[in-house]
Amino acid sequence: MKHIISALVENKPGVLAHVAGMFAARAFNIDSLVVGRTEEPGLSRMTIVVVGDDRVVEQVRKQLEKVVPVVKVQDFVGQPLVARDLMLIAISAPPAKRPEILSLIEMFRGKVVDIGQKFLMIEISGPEEKIEAFIDVCRPYGIKSVARTGTIAMPRQEKRES
Amino acid sequence: MSGKSRKPADSTVKPSLKPGSQIIVDTLVEMGVDKMFGYLGGVVLPLFDKLYDAPIKVIIPRHEQGGCHMADGYARASGRVGVVVTTSGPGACNLVTGLATAMMDSIPIVALTGQVRTNLIGNDAFQEADTTGITRPVTKYNCIVKDIKDLARTIREAFYIASTGRPGPVLIDIPVDVELTEYKPDDGEKLKLPGYKVRTKGHIGQITAAAKAVNESQKPVLYVGGGVISANASDELRQLAQKANLPVTMTLMGLGSYDQKKPESLDMLGMHGTAYANYAVQECDLLIAIGARFDDRVTGNVKTFAPNAKIIHIDVDPASISKNVHVDIPVVGDAKFILKELIEKIEHRPRKEWLKKIAEWKNKYPLRYDNNSTKIKPQYVIEEIYNQTKGTAIITTGVGQNQMWAAQFYKFSRPRQFISSGGLGTMGYGLPAAIGAQVAKPDQTVIDIDGDHSFNMTMTELATAVEHKLPIKVCIINNGYMGMVRQWQQLFYNRRYSCSRLANPDYATVAKAFGAEGITVDKKTDVPKAVKKMLSVKNKPCVVDFRVEGEENVWPMVPAGKSLSEMDGLQILERLV
Repeated sequence: MKHIISALVENKPGVLAHVAGMFAARAFNIDSLVVGRTEEPGLSRMTIVVVGDDRVVEQVRKQLEKVVPVVKVQDFVGQPLVARDLMLIAISAPPAKRPEILSLIEMFRGKVVDIGQKFLMIEISGPEEKIEAFIDVCRPYGIKSVARTGTIAMPRQEKRES
Repeated sequence: MSGKSRKPADSTVKPSLKPGSQIIVDTLVEMGVDKMFGYLGGVVLPLFDKLYDAPIKVIIPRHEQGGCHMADGYARASGRVGVVVTTSGPGACNLVTGLATAMMDSIPIVALTGQVRTNLIGNDAFQEADTTGITRPVTKYNCIVKDIKDLARTIREAFYIASTGRPGPVLIDIPVDVELTEYKPDDGEKLKLPGYKVRTKGHIGQITAAAKAVNESQKPVLYVGGGVISANASDELRQLAQKANLPVTMTLMGLGSYDQKKPESLDMLGMHGTAYANYAVQECDLLIAIGARFDDRVTGNVKTFAPNAKIIHIDVDPASISKNVHVDIPVVGDAKFILKELIEKIEHRPRKEWLKKIAEWKNKYPLRYDNNSTKIKPQYVIEEIYNQTKGTAIITTGVGQNQMWAAQFYKFSRPRQFISSGGLGTMGYGLPAAIGAQVAKPDQTVIDIDGDHSFNMTMTELATAVEHKLPIKVCIINNGYMGMVRQWQQLFYNRRYSCSRLANPDYATVAKAFGAEGITVDKKTDVPKAVKKMLSVKNKPCVVDFRVEGEENVWPMVPAGKSLSEMDGLQILERLV
């Protein structure tokens, strides 16, 4: 099962190595890992997607908490949340094909961010499945290259209306 | 350092400003360090210059690995943080085995390593190594201090991290220019460790659940590891066991936490544990693990480990809970606090039937060896050492058969008495650890029960012991083989002794060349007087080369991957009656 783990870490040299090293040493597999700054200058957030059974992921969470510069760890499994990936994809797009490609981009709420004589670069964000689906629909045109972030996520606010 | 007149330290610096090297020394003194271990080199010369005038005794090993094991032995014997310092590059690299040894056994060490100048880092400078990169997996925490402002605080943090929670080694890498930069440190600066939390008190609901399980249990067993020793919880353990009639078995790391002369003691469990401990664990209905981590050498096949038991696990490290074996009642926190609470909540139970059954196992399967043999049996040597020291000596070991026999045949009665590399199994640990232990406990008898091939790995440290007039005893259980390797080759590789027998020197001559006492024992009848002579040597180390039976095996033995109750060698032991 896929778990999205969010770790607040101290923003100092070596912290990524501490975390990545722990994963490697304990033979945990990382599906994706995203690091970015937060609103607080001293803290960064790592969003790590891990696939494994509950026991393994529980170990991942505990071992992460043991890494000294890791301040807080949350496993979002089972919570309603918003999860997004971002992708840049360049596909071959001769002028004759462009109208249908543009309508696909429209359907996926993507954006054309660069255009050449024979290709388009598209920016698209959304849940991982949507990104995968867009890659699939692009395949027949010819994919030149793909650059993707991993997943970032945030739980939805609890709704306390009654 | 000889007693020659020393030049006074350079007094041209402004009084309020101190170079980093002085800040390091002052912070170490502030942390209570009065003895440390370490080796010089280019980038730590500023630090050693300040150590020249410091109220800290520095013991220089002959190899940095030895220095790290000394700091480790010092920490295990004293309960304090061991400190080791080395230069950059090779000096730091040589610490790796020592740090990994301490990491696996949760021993508090602070290692300080010099590093090349900040502006040279990453340039493959002379004696440069990525020390934090290399040592990251073998330390509880490490970091490099590139800004003098962080130096004092980082060293204080290192001591705090090393000695709290589940203890472990911490390494601080310090570039030489930071040692030389002058700065006025803020003495009142707080630690900045937002991500480091230590859980001390256990959850009261969990403690209550644990007490209920203990009170309901018919056949309980306490399974105790090194965590009880690092938590200084032996007194509480004794009260707990005696109040509720709980038999106690210990891991290798737990030896000493419970007096083995007491009837509740089942001695060591696991691969080379006693039959009565292993049977008790396999048959118990409640296993109370305290400060132990369900290592594969303890559990055998985890699927069939303690099959009928509910498991309580008391540990300061949440990540140890349910790591290898599913735990029914976890209690996270400091064993000393938790056991105090638990003692209040448990009730006396006679448990007569269970204790009777255990007594029967004890009676049927005691640890034994062939005492009628005319050859010197290794177990006999250890028993003789035990008897002549009245069971009071601090024992360190090498790794392998010597270590297992020491664990089986020396009966320990107090914590910090048995010092051995458990998790990593580091051959060569015994001698430097004995030096560290003797430095920590100058008035006690410290004996390294070593193997010939273990001793070969670090025997150069005899020079350190001679230099500091340390009266450590080194008992080499010399069977001419890598004994445990040979045993496995005999049992599992059809007696093909591939590469496990090396040419050894004459150890008594080696010892004498170093300036130590050296004794060779060839005859069984000479063992008692050799031990007696060894114990009488003062002011210098004594090495005794016991030429023991070459192909003696350690029994019982649970082959790797088997259940604890599937012990080999029991029939051999039974025949020895």
